[in-house]
Amino acid sequence: MKPKSISAATRPRVGKWLVTGPPLAYLLLFFAIPSLIMVLASFRTPGEFGGLAPLFEEGRLDLNLDSYVRFFSESIYAQIFAKSVWYALATTLFCLALAYPLAALIAKSGRRYRDLLLLLVILPFWSNFLIRVYAWMIILGPNAALARTVNGVLAWFGHEPVPLLFSSFAVLVCLVYVHLPFMVLPLYANLEKHDQALLDAAQDLGANAWQRFWRITFPLSLPGVYAGAALVFIPALGIFAIPDILGGPEDSLIGNVIKQQFLETRDWPFGSVLSIVLTIAALFLAVLAAWVARGNLGTPSSVKAARA
Amino acid sequence: MRKRSAGLWVAAAAGYAFLYVPLFIVIVYSFNNSRLNAEWVGFTLDWYDKLFHNQDMLAAAGNSLLIALTASAVSTVLGTMAGVALYRYKARLLQILVLAPIAIPEILMGVSLLIFFVMLNFTLGLISVALAHITFCIGFVAIVVRARLTGMDETLTEAARDCGASPWNAFRYITLPLIMPGVIAGALMAFTLSIDDFVITFFTAGAGTVTLPLQIYSMIKIAVTPEVNAVSSLLMLLTLALIIIASKVSPSLLRSD
Repeated sequence: MKPKSISAATRPRVGKWLVTGPPLAYLLLFFAIPSLIMVLASFRTPGEFGGLAPLFEEGRLDLNLDSYVRFFSESIYAQIFAKSVWYALATTLFCLALAYPLAALIAKSGRRYRDLLLLLVILPFWSNFLIRVYAWMIILGPNAALARTVNGVLAWFGHEPVPLLFSSFAVLVCLVYVHLPFMVLPLYANLEKHDQALLDAAQDLGANAWQRFWRITFPLSLPGVYAGAALVFIPALGIFAIPDILGGPEDSLIGNVIKQQFLETRDWPFGSVLSIVLTIAALFLAVLAAWVARGNLGTPSSVKAARA
Repeated sequence: MRKRSAGLWVAAAAGYAFLYVPLFIVIVYSFNNSRLNAEWVGFTLDWYDKLFHNQDMLAAAGNSLLIALTASAVSTVLGTMAGVALYRYKARLLQILVLAPIAIPEILMGVSLLIFFVMLNFTLGLISVALAHITFCIGFVAIVVRARLTGMDETLTEAARDCGASPWNAFRYITLPLIMPGVIAGALMAFTLSIDDFVITFFTAGAGTVTLPLQIYSMIKIAVTPEVNAVSSLLMLLTLALIIIASKVSPSLLRSD
């Protein structure tokens, strides 16, 4: 453990590899290589009994684009993908609307309460994911107070009762619920840095609360909004458990199709294609969010833009 | 000014209610003397009693505990190394590999590890789940440890080296004690993440191995029962306690994002 006899020039390099090596090796083996294997699997032929057919068939490499062709030729998959994007987008917008007042309140509150209020936002995220989904099964259940009230009102208007559970509504509410903390944290981190003097100056110049928000606070908070949007949109895009537990048959999203391909149909090459499309979409959005946040805003020019 | 603050308070209170009412309902109904999770009938501890006599549930809890202890121990060591490496050196590849498992949708890691283990003829079970959990826990530990290092005085380590301490001794006696709160917080986080994980476990556990979240999943797919409320309440109590301890040990945990 003590590299005593090593010269000064090589010592830092040895130290670097002693510290970097083990986690790097682990993550290469259990993250990078499995990811590459999945990319390779997307070009392979599905096995007769599920999984993958042998890579070498009669001495020649069996790689093809069949699964990609299938993805682009059967419109059902594009539709499911579009539906997933739509759900993730709606989730992001609802999270933003709910998170803004929370983040603003925490940023405005005094040092003593700030940490507590922030902890209260984070704590639900640390409780088990399935429990948070299950909670909505109870709240939206057919015998629960909410469903009885809603259907009571509907009956009064002569409307048929509607099921709340196993519906798109249930899926969306739970998606918002599960992802809300991810929007609050970056928004708070941004709002906390805002200079109160700008708002005071605007007020002195006659701007009302609404104008101060839309022309100063909101434009300045956009880097936080983009960061939060990426943190909500990307996981929401790949979710499978929420539609699986709370949704109806028409709420099947891309995550559900991937799960189905790997565990039920056992068509691994096609499941890999869907996973790769999802990865590309997620990476694209992450890069886009970083680029937009860095390129346009967060500099004094945004202050100018806010004033113009 | 006052009026706006009041509006903000109401909106934020609604936000907090949205976050906590569902969890509160789960806990309240775990003490409810009714099979239906619909209305309050009366207080009982029957569901907890049933829980502690449910052999499947106890076996699942045992598996979860075993996996979480293993995964948090290994990922704390590897994650601490990664955190130090990220802080001291320009390790671009490591940075990508540490953050990517956290950033991508969980299902992607689940399915790629499933292909990986099956292709290697590695039997799916406790070990494959633990290996998968370590992969995503490393990143969380690394982030917390790096945040801790950012707040400390590196010249102390340099001073130790100048006084003739070997790199290992400088780390062991200077750096490690200083970053210890971060390491402990990281370990508690890793334990919590592991014991709570559903998605990646779902793909890497195989048919015969059941963890607590997998057991909960199969129960709620069949029916809503107060027994699930009881196990949920206990699990919530455990993870929330661990996270509160972690954030007390290392207050920077709240700011690491």
